[in-house]
Amino acid sequence: MKKFTFFLTFVFSVHLNAEKLIEFSDVTYLERYQKLIKELRCPKCQNQNIADSNSPISKDLRKEITILLERGLDDDQIKIELASRYSDFILYDPKFGKQTYFLWLTPLLIFLFGFWFIFSMFVKREVNQAKQEDKHQ
Amino acid sequence: MRKIFLIFPLILFITITIFLYKGLENDPSHLPSALIGKNLPQFELETLLDREQITDKDILLDEPFLLNVWATWCYACRLEHAMLNELATEGIIIVGLNYKDDRNLANDWLNQRGNPYLFSIFDSNGSLGFDLGVYGAPETYLVDRKGVIRHKRVGIVDEHIWLSEFQELYLSLKGQNE
Repeated sequence: MKKFTFFLTFVFSVHLNAEKLIEFSDVTYLERYQKLIKELRCPKCQNQNIADSNSPISKDLRKEITILLERGLDDDQIKIELASRYSDFILYDPKFGKQTYFLWLTPLLIFLFGFWFIFSMFVKREVNQAKQEDKHQ
Repeated sequence: MRKIFLIFPLILFITITIFLYKGLENDPSHLPSALIGKNLPQFELETLLDREQITDKDILLDEPFLLNVWATWCYACRLEHAMLNELATEGIIIVGLNYKDDRNLANDWLNQRGNPYLFSIFDSNGSLGFDLGVYGAPETYLVDRKGVIRHKRVGIVDEHIWLSEFQELYLSLKGQNE
């Protein structure tokens, strides 16, 4: 019996501490909500997503996401809506645009440059070899 | 051809140095402002003192003004307040946005420290603040006479910030006549 009450104390204390659960009108919303709050960055507390962060601003953002979900917006629309206030900074996966093209295209350029470099080396080597063979003949 | 190989690490070194050096001056807590060039968001709230209904249409003033986000719980607002008082005495219009605050505490604060605001909007649940993208009080916006946000500063506006970021833009906006 003692063990059982001991056990009960823990069971209920968990419930007491848990944050109020969010209820959605549609079951699929919860899944999307969980995904969205992991993909958005807290504006105030850097390097935390709004799922992990306890700051008031993250709470506001989570609340706004529930409202936007209920309004029937899709995931991209919700992200755009929030980024229009807090800028692309809050997106962990920002869209390809004028601020990000340099970041995405530089590796490609370096790769192409390297390719050209190696290619031209081979061509030169072949030319040199051909020249030497000419001399030997 | 070999000589290019020798110079390559040097180019790499210089490039990385430039980027790292620039990174030193970057403030990671500074967010780019998403609302520059946009209109003030729509809202319908009460004023702090008189509890009058106020909407975004009501703060289209005849001249550019500052919108200052403040709260009594915000320590940095205390440090900023004297500068706001000074700007108000210079004739600059400042509208307050009392953000997530208690009405009585906020009014006491203004009685004690002076009221630089033409009026303050009472945003107790932070809805207008949210639409403005407020993430750290104090924040100060420069709004032109059409209600378009022209500049935003997160953090204290002191003499130095005013002179370097606001004054020139403010005067040019004020000088524009339609």
